[in-house]
Amino acid sequence: MKVNSLSATDLDRAVDLAEARSRQKLGARRFGVALIALSLGLVVSVVLATGIGRMDIGWGAIASVILGKLGFHSGAGAVDRTTDVVIWGIRLSRVVLSGLVGASLATAGVIFQGLLLNPLADPFTIGVSTGAAFGVALLVMLGVGGSFLGLSPLPLGALAGALGAMVAVLILSREAGRIRKETLILAGIVVSTFLAALISLIKSLDEESLSAIVFWIMGSFSGRGWIHVGFLLPYLAAGLVLAFVYHRELDIMALGEEQSHQLGVSVSRVRVNLLLGASLLTAGAVSVSGVIGFVGLVVPHLVRVLAGPSHGRLLALSAATGALILIWSDVLARTLLASGQELPVGVVTALLGGPFFFYLLKSRRTRGMW
Amino acid sequence: MVIRVEALDLGYEDRPVLTGLNFQVNRGEFVGILGPNGSGKSTLLHALSGLLPPKRGRIIIKSEALGSLASRLRAQMLAVVPQSTDVRFPFSCLEIVLMGRYPHRRRLGTLTDVDLVWALKSMRRTTTTHLKERTITEVSGGECQRVVIARALAQAPEILLLDEATSNLDVRRKLEIFEILRYLNETRGLTVLCAMHDLNLAALYCRRLMFIKEHRIAVDGPTDQVFTPAILTQVYETPMEVVWHPAHQRPYAVMLPLSPGTRETEAPAETLEAVQS
Repeated sequence: MKVNSLSATDLDRAVDLAEARSRQKLGARRFGVALIALSLGLVVSVVLATGIGRMDIGWGAIASVILGKLGFHSGAGAVDRTTDVVIWGIRLSRVVLSGLVGASLATAGVIFQGLLLNPLADPFTIGVSTGAAFGVALLVMLGVGGSFLGLSPLPLGALAGALGAMVAVLILSREAGRIRKETLILAGIVVSTFLAALISLIKSLDEESLSAIVFWIMGSFSGRGWIHVGFLLPYLAAGLVLAFVYHRELDIMALGEEQSHQLGVSVSRVRVNLLLGASLLTAGAVSVSGVIGFVGLVVPHLVRVLAGPSHGRLLALSAATGALILIWSDVLARTLLASGQELPVGVVTALLGGPFFFYLLKSRRTRGMW
Repeated sequence: MVIRVEALDLGYEDRPVLTGLNFQVNRGEFVGILGPNGSGKSTLLHALSGLLPPKRGRIIIKSEALGSLASRLRAQMLAVVPQSTDVRFPFSCLEIVLMGRYPHRRRLGTLTDVDLVWALKSMRRTTTTHLKERTITEVSGGECQRVVIARALAQAPEILLLDEATSNLDVRRKLEIFEILRYLNETRGLTVLCAMHDLNLAALYCRRLMFIKEHRIAVDGPTDQVFTPAILTQVYETPMEVVWHPAHQRPYAVMLPLSPGTRETEAPAETLEAVQS
C-alpha cells in the first residue's frame, strides 16, 4: 500500500483503532492479573483455612495430605490416620465447600442485580434463599432423602422452593408492568419472613427431622463434607455456564427491556435462562449450607467498583471473591467463640454485610445511579 | 421500499390506538411523524421496532414480515433512538456504543476490528469521540443522546427510528443531531423516521410528513405540500399560520393565541422599548 494514498482521516482512524485496541488489551491484562491474584489468594486461603482449627496441625502434614491426595507423594513422611481424616475428610472438604457456596452466591447476586437492575438484590434479600431452604425443609420432613447417581433430591427441592419464591416475589413486586426497586425488596422480606415461619413450624411439628433450625435460617457448614461438594457441583456448573453464556446480554439489559429488545436481544428468553441460572446457583448453595445472606449483595458491588460494570469480568471476579470471603467467614464462624462452639456462618456474613446493606440504602451514588 | 404497512391495527388490550394504517416508506426517505399528544406516534414506532405486536394487519421490513424476523436480524436492519436513556451501571461511552454491535457479533466471539471500527466511526460521526472513556452516567443529557445515536449507527442499520429523540435538548443540540441525520440520509441513503413535536424542526429537515390524528393517518405527503395552515390548524386544533423564510425557502409555523383579541396590537413595541431603556 502506498503511504501517500492514505488520507488524514484514514490515518486518524487507524490511530483511533490502535488506541482503542491497546486500551482494550490493557483492560484485559488488568483483568488477567486480578484473576490470577485472586486464584493464588484462593489456593493460599484454602491451605491456611485448613490449618486453622481446634486440633493443632502442622503445615507439613497439611501439605503432605493434600499433595498425597492429588497424586504427588512428597515423601515428607506418613501422617497418622486421625490427622489424615481431620485434614482431608473434615477441614479441607468444609473449606472447599464454603468456597464453592461463596462463588455460587456471589454469581447469583451478580445475575439478580444485573437482571432486576436493583443494587439491593441478592438471593437472600429477594427471598429466593429462604424459598430454597423451605423446599429442603419440606423434603426432609416428608422423609425424602438418599442419593440417586450421586445426586441428592434435596437440591431439587431447594430449586423448586427457590423458583416458587422468586415467582411469588416478582408477582408481588410488579406494579403496572414494572418492578420497583423498593417494592422488590419489601416483597422479598414478606416472602422470606413467611417462609422462615413455615420452616420453624415444620421444625416444631417434627422435632426429629430437622436437626437444627438455625442451620437453615442462618446457614452453617458444620458437619459438611465431600458428599455435599458433590451435591453442589452440578448446580454451580450449570449456573455458571448460563451466566457466562449470557454475560453480554446482561450488559445490554442495563439499558432496560425496550432498548435491549431494539438492540436484538431476545429479552424474555434471556431473562428466563438467567433467572433459572441464578436459581440453580442459589438452590445448590442453600441445599448444602442453609441460608447465608449478604455474600451475593456485597461481593458484586465491591468487584464492580474495582473492575467496572462489564459482566463477563464481573462474573469471574465475583465468583472468586465470593469464594474467598465465605472461606474466611467460615473460619471466623468456627474460631470466633472462645468456648470452641461454632457460630452459624450466616451470623458472620450478616454482621459484615448488614452495615454494607445500610450504606447502599443510604448512598446517594446508588440512588442516583440506579 | 423498505417498510410496508398493510391494514395495521395497533393497541393495548381493548384500547385501540391506531386503526387501518396503510403506507410505504422507500429507501432514503426522511419522514416526520407528527400529531398531538397521545395520538399514537410512539405506538407506531413501537410497532415498527417489533416491541408491540400488531392486533391486525402486518408490517413488512424489506420483504420480510416483522413478526417472523429473528431479533438479531431485525436489529441489523433497524435501529431505534428513544427519547431518553437511563443506564443503570457506569459503562464507558465506548462500551455503550459497542452494544450496538450486538446483533452483528457471534455469541461467544471476541470483539473484531470491524466492530471497533464501526463503533469509532459512529462516535466520530456524532462528535462523541472525546467521551470514549467517560462513563455514560456522568455525561450530560445532550452528550448521552449523541452517544445513543452513535450506538444506533454502530448497528449499521438501513432504517433509523427516532422517538422524540431531541425533545429534551436545547436548540443547538437539536440542530446538531438533525444535521447528522440529514448527512447520513443524503450520503448513505439511511431511511429516517422520527416522531416529533417540534413542527419547525420537522419542516426544516423532514421531506415527508405524516400527521396522525384520531386513530389514523390524517395527512401524509411531501413537507412543502402538507405543511399548510389549514392542515396544521386542523390536526393540532390550534390556530396556525405558515410563513416561508425568505432566504432559506423553508416553511415555518407560527402559532396564534387560542383566544384571539385578548391583547391587541400596539402594546408589544412599547413594552420592548421600556425594557431596553
